[in-house]
Amino acid sequence: MRRDVYLDNNATTMVAPEVFDVMLPFLKDRYGNASSMHSFGGNVAKDLARARHQVAELLGAENDYEITFTGSATESDNLAIRGITSYYKDKKHVITSTVEHPAVLNLCKQLEKEGYRVTYIPVNSDGVIDLQQLKDSVTDDTAIVSIMHANNETGIIMPVEEIGAFLKERNVIFHIDGVQAAGKIPVDVKKLNCDLYSISAHKFHGPKGVGALYVKRGSRMRPLIFGGHQEKSRRPGTENTAGIIGIGMAAELALAHIKDMPHIEMLRDKLQNSILKTIKTSTVNGLNVPRTPNTLNVSFEFIEGESILLYLDKEGIYVSTGSACSSGSLEPSHVLRAMNIPFSKIHGSIRFSLSRYTTDDEIDYTLQVLPNVINTLLTISPFWDNEKKEGKNTIE
Amino acid sequence: MWEYTEKVKELYTNPKNVGKIEDADGVGYVGSVVCGDALTLYIKVKDGIITDAKFETFGCGSAIASSSALTEMIKGKTIEEAERITNSDIVEYLGGLPDQKIHCSVMGSEALINAIADYRGEKPQVEDEPSGEIVCHCMNISDVQIREAIHKKGIVNIDDMMEHLGSGTVCGTCIPKIEDIIEEEKGRCSVQTDRSCNDSMTNLQKMKKIEDVINNVIRPGLKRDGGDIELIDINGDDVSVRLMGACSRCMTASMTLENFVQEELRKSVSKSIVIKHV
Repeated sequence: MRRDVYLDNNATTMVAPEVFDVMLPFLKDRYGNASSMHSFGGNVAKDLARARHQVAELLGAENDYEITFTGSATESDNLAIRGITSYYKDKKHVITSTVEHPAVLNLCKQLEKEGYRVTYIPVNSDGVIDLQQLKDSVTDDTAIVSIMHANNETGIIMPVEEIGAFLKERNVIFHIDGVQAAGKIPVDVKKLNCDLYSISAHKFHGPKGVGALYVKRGSRMRPLIFGGHQEKSRRPGTENTAGIIGIGMAAELALAHIKDMPHIEMLRDKLQNSILKTIKTSTVNGLNVPRTPNTLNVSFEFIEGESILLYLDKEGIYVSTGSACSSGSLEPSHVLRAMNIPFSKIHGSIRFSLSRYTTDDEIDYTLQVLPNVINTLLTISPFWDNEKKEGKNTIE
Repeated sequence: MWEYTEKVKELYTNPKNVGKIEDADGVGYVGSVVCGDALTLYIKVKDGIITDAKFETFGCGSAIASSSALTEMIKGKTIEEAERITNSDIVEYLGGLPDQKIHCSVMGSEALINAIADYRGEKPQVEDEPSGEIVCHCMNISDVQIREAIHKKGIVNIDDMMEHLGSGTVCGTCIPKIEDIIEEEKGRCSVQTDRSCNDSMTNLQKMKKIEDVINNVIRPGLKRDGGDIELIDINGDDVSVRLMGACSRCMTASMTLENFVQEELRKSVSKSIVIKHV
């Protein structure tokens, strides 16, 4: 029986019903402008303050004013990096990694065009960035180091705590792109010793179009855009009230549900181990290192990811792929390439990402459908036949 | 999510003619596992007519659909008729493909060309993959091909490039990238190959360049024959020179100028240079 199984929660998540409920009044009757002097608007400001506190709690920020609301995590990343580089004009060096999200990577490429030197720290074959090389790359000219907390494609967790401790000692500004970590693993900006931390609401059951940036007290930076006094002029423009109320509630729920993560991890491991056992052409990317508990990236050799995705889609299972064919740019995953995974495995890579709403039944259904999909595509593949002759069998 | 037509969806979910023909009369292979799609096409031919066709594909939904469509299209056709099938015919059969997936149909027509070549006992006509990085994914054109067109054909604007290579003519997203490559190559004027250098030079740069070529290339050449040359004036593309020594009285002076000096300057500086003897 066909059903809808959403396993693409690293792309976006369902809005939690509680989040929807608290947002709704701000799209209807409570349309006041938080900057207004009258109580109709002024009361909205109180709700925004509460949302700011909820987000501060999720990140372990000491002060609510350390949270700046933005329009997306992409904006948060840009505000963090550009905000710092445009303040510290004399420093012309930026450090990041080869596996960052395009929101950081493409900004760094732009900075290079503007005359900055950017060091892209590589990852090892397990997908973890080279800590020593990062340490060696820091100079007096380094304006900012920007590293992701967890990778969106593989879920691999980066050694941000060690990086934070080192950079604090060297007095270098540290930005963490925490989009894939917040709500999935505990986050404590104080423990991480970071100056800036970016998140996005829709990755943890909040609405789209709202992000946040933690900016440590006393940080010096310039805004990206100029206007009114909103967000202390760091991000001017009338507040997206419904969105901000939404991210606040989503943050509160995410913090409360961190305790569910072992259950999600159990479901993920069940999916993973069963795939590895039944499908001989499969390998898990990032198997040997700490990962976010909800993410599973599997390569199926000899077949192509988009066709796997489309066949699963037909059965109501929604996943994503690192294959070249399915990306808008037609480039295969830069993350898997950075890990030196052979192209034959990158093109057949599938990401399953679970959420706290994923059920045991849904995983069972996926495990029931998947082997047939893989088998069908193997029979079409021109590469499979030779392997079969060598005695590799797929389904047991 | 790509917008696939119903026909495409139907063909990738239930592809027709999947598999091998063990005693095929022609086999065409294109693509590779590295670039993310590959297609093997098998044909069976009797009395010049394709009686059977099968395929194996490593690729996305539209690659499977294109391959399946191709096998249906060529069955029952003569080799000559099949040869006339282009990638556009495959796209039409499928009711259209997303712009960025046009290359899947190109792969189909290339596999067909190779299968027919194999049937005739010829070498594959289409190379697996152009070298370099693919810039235009729709038409499968690499940066190497674009750079070659800049230097060998002197193509220095995007419109000419689109006409010459077909790159950027489908979805158009690669146009800024092609323009970047053109800019980059124009900057490499030390290559001194064609008018691309001319187009990017200021007047001063051009004058210096002309002087350089005369002093370092042309004069040594003339001196070998006991002659010499003096640069008198440069006015736009008109370059006035005076021949000296053995050359100045030589009956073939004008030929020397035109053939040698003008040729050298046109090659190294600008195609529109005209030499004037004063």
